[in-house]
Amino acid sequence: MPDPTNAADPDAGFAPTRDPDDVTVAPDGRPMDEQPRWRQDFAIDAPEANFVARRDFAKFLVLISGAFVAGQAWIAAKSLVRDRRPKPGRMRIASLAALPTGSATMFAYPGDHDPCLLIRMPDGKLLAYSQKCTHLSCAVIPEIDRGILRCPCHEGVFDLATGRNIAGPPPRPLPIIELEVTGDDIYAVGVKATTT
Amino acid sequence: MSKRTRRQLTRAQRLTVIYGVVCFVLVLVVLQLWLLTATVNAWLGDDDGVVWPALAASAGCLALNIGLLRSFLRR
Repeated sequence: MPDPTNAADPDAGFAPTRDPDDVTVAPDGRPMDEQPRWRQDFAIDAPEANFVARRDFAKFLVLISGAFVAGQAWIAAKSLVRDRRPKPGRMRIASLAALPTGSATMFAYPGDHDPCLLIRMPDGKLLAYSQKCTHLSCAVIPEIDRGILRCPCHEGVFDLATGRNIAGPPPRPLPIIELEVTGDDIYAVGVKATTT
Repeated sequence: MSKRTRRQLTRAQRLTVIYGVVCFVLVLVVLQLWLLTATVNAWLGDDDGVVWPALAASAGCLALNIGLLRSFLRR
C-alpha cells in the first residue's frame, strides 16, 4: 500500500494534505504560549470558527432566498384567485344635480369597505378615484383649487386630473373608478388600477 | 475543479473561494428582494403579467443558491 505521506509517491495526491497554516490560531494571531492562561485552556481556532460562522450565514441566506420564493408563490396564487373573481357591477353613486361643479362627494365601490371620491371639476368633467392612498391606505383629501389629492398621513400628493402619484411616498397612482352618466344619474362601472 | 486540486488548496485559498460564493449568494438574495418588491407593486397595480416570470426567476435564483451552498458545504 502506498504511503500517503510520501511526497514522491504518485498516488499520494489523493490523500488529504496538511495545510501549513491549518493550525489552531488565536483571534489576535499571536502564538498560543503568549496567550493568557484561560485561552490556552480553552483554545479556539479563530479561522475555523469564522469558517463555521460563514457557513451558517450562507445557510441563513439560502433560507431567506427560499422565503422570497414562497412570497412570490403566494402572490402567484393570489393572482389566480383574483382572476377568477367576478368583475364589479354597475352601481348608481350620485346624481349630477346633487354635485355642483368644483365639489366632491364620497361613495363606496365596489364593496362597502372601498371608499372612493367622486369629483366634479370646475369645467364640469367628472372624475372618480379610490380614496385609499397607495402608500398605507390613509384617506386622500381632494384639493380641487390646487389640482391635487393630498394624503395627510405622509404628505403624499396625487394629480387630480389623472390620479398619478406626483410627490411623497405613494408608489402607484390612485385606482381610477370608471364612470358612466345616464341622464342625471352617475354610475360606477369598474375599477382600473395601474402601476404608472 | 477535481478532487485532487480541491484538496491541495490551502485554507487561505479555500476562504477566498468561500468569500466569493457567499458574496454571489448575497447578490442573488438582494436580486430576489428587488424582484419581490417589484412584483408586489405590479400586482397591486393590477399588472399580473410579471407574476409568473418573476416567480420563475426567483425559483431559479433559489436553485442556484442551493447549488452554491452545497458546493460550499463540501469544502
